[in-house]
Amino acid sequence: MKRDPVYGIMAEFDTPQALVDAAHATHQAGYQKIDAYSPFPVEGLAEEIGFHRDEVPLVVLIGGIVGGLTGYLMQYWMSAVAYPLNIGGKPPHSWPAFIVITFEMTILFAGISAVFGMLALNGLPMPYHPVFNVPRFVLASKDRFFLIVFSTDKKYDPAATRRFLEALSPRSISEVPS
Amino acid sequence: MPEQYKTTTDLDRAPVIEPGHTFGTVTEKISAIVLTRPASNGWFVGFGIAFMLTMMLLYALGYLFLKGIGIWGVTIPIGWGFAIVNFVWWIGIGHAGTLISAILLLLRQSWRNSINRFAEAMTLFAVASAGIFPAVHVGRPWVAYWLFPYPSTMGVWPQFRSPLMWDVFAVSTYATISAMFWFIGLIPDLATLRDRTDNRALKMVYGMLSMGWRGSARHWHRYETAYLLLAGLATPLVLSVHTVVSFDFAVGIVPGWHTTIFPPYFVAGAIYSGFAMVLMLAIPIRKIYGLEDFITERHLQNSAKVMLATGLIVAYGYGIEAFMGWYSGDRYDAFTLWNRLHGPYAVPYYMLLICNIFIPQVLWIRKLRTSPIALFFVSGVILVGMWLERFIIVVVSLHRDFLTSSWGMYYPTRWDWMTYIGTIGMFLAAMFLFLRLLPAISIFEMRTLLPEAEVKE
Repeated sequence: MKRDPVYGIMAEFDTPQALVDAAHATHQAGYQKIDAYSPFPVEGLAEEIGFHRDEVPLVVLIGGIVGGLTGYLMQYWMSAVAYPLNIGGKPPHSWPAFIVITFEMTILFAGISAVFGMLALNGLPMPYHPVFNVPRFVLASKDRFFLIVFSTDKKYDPAATRRFLEALSPRSISEVPS
Repeated sequence: MPEQYKTTTDLDRAPVIEPGHTFGTVTEKISAIVLTRPASNGWFVGFGIAFMLTMMLLYALGYLFLKGIGIWGVTIPIGWGFAIVNFVWWIGIGHAGTLISAILLLLRQSWRNSINRFAEAMTLFAVASAGIFPAVHVGRPWVAYWLFPYPSTMGVWPQFRSPLMWDVFAVSTYATISAMFWFIGLIPDLATLRDRTDNRALKMVYGMLSMGWRGSARHWHRYETAYLLLAGLATPLVLSVHTVVSFDFAVGIVPGWHTTIFPPYFVAGAIYSGFAMVLMLAIPIRKIYGLEDFITERHLQNSAKVMLATGLIVAYGYGIEAFMGWYSGDRYDAFTLWNRLHGPYAVPYYMLLICNIFIPQVLWIRKLRTSPIALFFVSGVILVGMWLERFIIVVVSLHRDFLTSSWGMYYPTRWDWMTYIGTIGMFLAAMFLFLRLLPAISIFEMRTLLPEAEVKE
């Protein structure tokens, strides 16, 4: 497949409100493949660009269950199967004593899943990304807000999309080379 | 909320962030500490002293490895000495960082946003300092990994019915989760530093560490979910850690240890000392780096109130211990109380009561709650008091148990002191480096506190 030389068109805004309104308008206009960038989490922005499925909670739940089972079964196997030791006359499978480590392992596995699951779902680490080619994009981590329409979008047209974004009165518009 | 209440609370509370700041000024001001501001002579002197103390720690530990723990004051019956006192003290200090970053996040206390980053760093360095002690106290630290369940040629496994084993899992989970929570919080700010610096090498380093964060709305959504879930996981975790530490004592039958009040009173004491350390760090940092706009009177007041509340829980714990000594009718428990009040370690016990119960009551006075100097002083007193508390619990309980034939005394040696003071040096050296290399205040969370960050649907 031939690579499109243009990755997308990017518009820059001054306030989170302007970005949310622009994202809303763009999505309403039928653009599907869009993204928004902000220096801090903006409430409702992800929904405006059509992002509804966040799988992080599921990953964490699975991690927690696996961790709890690992913790308990590990202790059961080591204390009751692999090398049973008589400690103070307690039964080899003395489950109340195993609860603390089961709990800690649940937390540990769930926490690791939350961090690495979030990074993996976000496709990070990714040191290079085409949006970094836009010189003004360094402000996305300071005080500016950006909206991009990807060139892979069905409705994307270099001239028409640019005109559409200009109508949203952004501060600047740039073409993102891929 | 009715209007009249609104105005009184508004008047009552200093702002979390002083008015007049924008996204840009918040970013500039915090990142400038790392990127443009040259290190002052004061920083070099402070770091130098802390670094020398760290070297002293390494010397003390090196000699310990050479000679064994006989160089310490520990003997039978007092086998736990300074190492365990310091371990519990440091772990407790770490708890305030997690409380601030996780529990206050869940409670939507947005004032936490300006102190959570360095409080989390404090947690990490405190846990690192704490971890040294049990590892070297085992006597043969090169086989400390035997504590972990791994398939060894000996075929034996750890003894999971022991609270000491629970502690290994609790503390290592706590260290791991704290480190991840701190690092995750740093990612967007590292991206800011990557974009702000002109130095190519620094750009590479911050760029690698930020993992190519670009602030996409999808990323932020997953990020916030993960952050919130981590906070939800860290909350029961932090409460469990000091609970398990207290089990190390409470499950034993030694008089003065065998009591059910230990878990809640250990957790309260941990938060008490942790907030004292937060204030002792925050007060000089905000002064030296001119961060009074971000760490305002409100933060000092709130921290002081948390100390007052947890301090009263701790006082209640002491009261119940004394009451049970009398009420249980157990002669050994009664003797433990008598021994604390009249025994050879009575002076530390009275100092403990003065430091942890009496002096902190001055925090009821609003004027002192808002005075940085008074708060700094009271926090120092609390840290000393909480150290004494652990000394009383560990040493005074062990030195006279059931039979007079097994009584003894504990005298710390210079190696005990060098190790303890050395970890304080290591902790401070790490804090000094942290201040210069990473943003000490969470930049992106500060941006969300500005009125411009509000979005209407």
